[in-house]
Amino acid sequence: MSSMTREETQALIQEVLEVYPEKAKKDRAKHLTVNDHEIEQSKKCITSNRKSAPGVMTIRGCAYAGSKGVVWGPIKDMIHISHGPVGCGQYSRAGRRNYYVGTTGINTYGTMNFTSDFQEKDIVFGGDKKLEKLIDEIETLFPLNKGISVQSECPIGLIGDDIEAVSKKKNAEINKPVVPVRCEGFRGVSQSLGHHIANDAVRDWTLGARDDDDTFVQTDYDVAILGDYNIGGDAWASRILLEEMGLRVVAQWSGDGTISEMELTPKVKLNLLHCYRSMNYISRHMEEKYGIPWMEYNFFGPTKMAESLRKIAAFFDESIQEKCEVVIAKYKPEMDAVIEKYRPRLEGKRVMLYIGGLRPRHVIGAYEDLGMEVVGTGYEFAHNDDYDRTIKEMGDATLIYDDVTGFEFEEFVKRVKPDLIGSGIKEKYIFQKMGIPFRQMHSWDYSGPYHGYDGFAIFARDMDMTLNNPCWNKLKAPWLASDDDEASVAAAGE
Amino acid sequence: MPSVMIRKGDGNELLFYIAKKDQEDPIETVETDTEEAWGGLVTLTDGSEWYIDPISPRPTFPTTLRFKRA
Repeated sequence: MSSMTREETQALIQEVLEVYPEKAKKDRAKHLTVNDHEIEQSKKCITSNRKSAPGVMTIRGCAYAGSKGVVWGPIKDMIHISHGPVGCGQYSRAGRRNYYVGTTGINTYGTMNFTSDFQEKDIVFGGDKKLEKLIDEIETLFPLNKGISVQSECPIGLIGDDIEAVSKKKNAEINKPVVPVRCEGFRGVSQSLGHHIANDAVRDWTLGARDDDDTFVQTDYDVAILGDYNIGGDAWASRILLEEMGLRVVAQWSGDGTISEMELTPKVKLNLLHCYRSMNYISRHMEEKYGIPWMEYNFFGPTKMAESLRKIAAFFDESIQEKCEVVIAKYKPEMDAVIEKYRPRLEGKRVMLYIGGLRPRHVIGAYEDLGMEVVGTGYEFAHNDDYDRTIKEMGDATLIYDDVTGFEFEEFVKRVKPDLIGSGIKEKYIFQKMGIPFRQMHSWDYSGPYHGYDGFAIFARDMDMTLNNPCWNKLKAPWLASDDDEASVAAAGE
Repeated sequence: MPSVMIRKGDGNELLFYIAKKDQEDPIETVETDTEEAWGGLVTLTDGSEWYIDPISPRPTFPTTLRFKRA
């Protein structure tokens, strides 16, 4: 099956929805659509950012995951207290691979878990005293921390603790930023609200810290990287390109970032936004308050990268634009070699994606550079502004699914038969057991970086080694294989 | 009465962003759009209509304003 027509795709959606009860069917139908380039606004064809139906498998996270895990967690020189019971922090600890430079436990704390470990008595009598004590202990044990954030877990909101009051008091006492974040897990329908809450906390508690201080020497070429979490070193691979162009990267939000960088961000000339979903709020705020323009860019795959680099350079003078062309030309032979090597091995392969944030649309260009086709894509927690952008990137009559359930995703895969799936760890082993090559695209399957020119070479290699792995011919036990299978295995082995 | 942030898009058109709804659409027409005042009935490209009492002097964008459903 090469590609499906619009009618076939529509029929597939109908067929998959058949098993649901009437109400769930009606509800889920709104989240599945066939891409149509003629539709300008996604709200005409897809509903997003709605509560998942009870009883279906969803891979969404909670507001705490969005705030502590995504936005605040990677800020390396702050200590992020998971305020509440121990599990939320412990089971999400150090799994995201947002790399940083520093000595963990001395001046950086990225992979550590700090928690107030709520017990029954804290729920009954309140946990504010415990939080104060915890902050004092942190100050004694980790005196080089540059600030503390209090990431609320569900019980904090339920019992009505006043973490803001504690934070203000401790802020005055220790003379470091103490940021209360009201990201209780029950808020919102997914981690997306956690991003928003975290952005608001940044806005209210840290961003204006150096407004009256002009000791920081500014240049005309200051930029900040927003929404790059340095998964497997992504932000570093992006940063070097910007620096080669002659720009000065003042801040990285928040992969390998520091609180000081965040406080300096209002002094830059341009905000570069990679993950639109998680950081557009703060970009809009900075545009309004400080007049800093922001732009979205895409550093996946050479085609999109050249486009983005030129778009970035257009904000600056000719010297930057010249250097931008030099950078693009410098990496071109390298990229051509990568494409020459891997494209013949990957040409025409079909990919289905189901990820979060920016990747369901951003990586499409990288796959296309390798001659692959994305036949289905979907977001865990996108809003309609993300789908507006996705419609343009995706091919006509391809599948788009929002907050897809485990059942729907499996059925789609069975029918569409993609050659590769990119999704999360919870999907990985199901699809691998179904015999379909799979890449875990949340943390690049323990590889990376995938951003930037360096990243693309790794991306291409990873896709090749997954897709063309000889293990996919060996899924059938030898004594069950027919003669035909043996012949094909032998042919593949040549 | 949602708070709406209005900013300039790539083509210098005004974008109407409703934070609560994560909706961002270009503004099609503005009833009063002069040097001295800006506001009145605002129509978006998706067809929805919003109202704000004309602001004088004309605000500088980007800015956040409170609109009413028209």
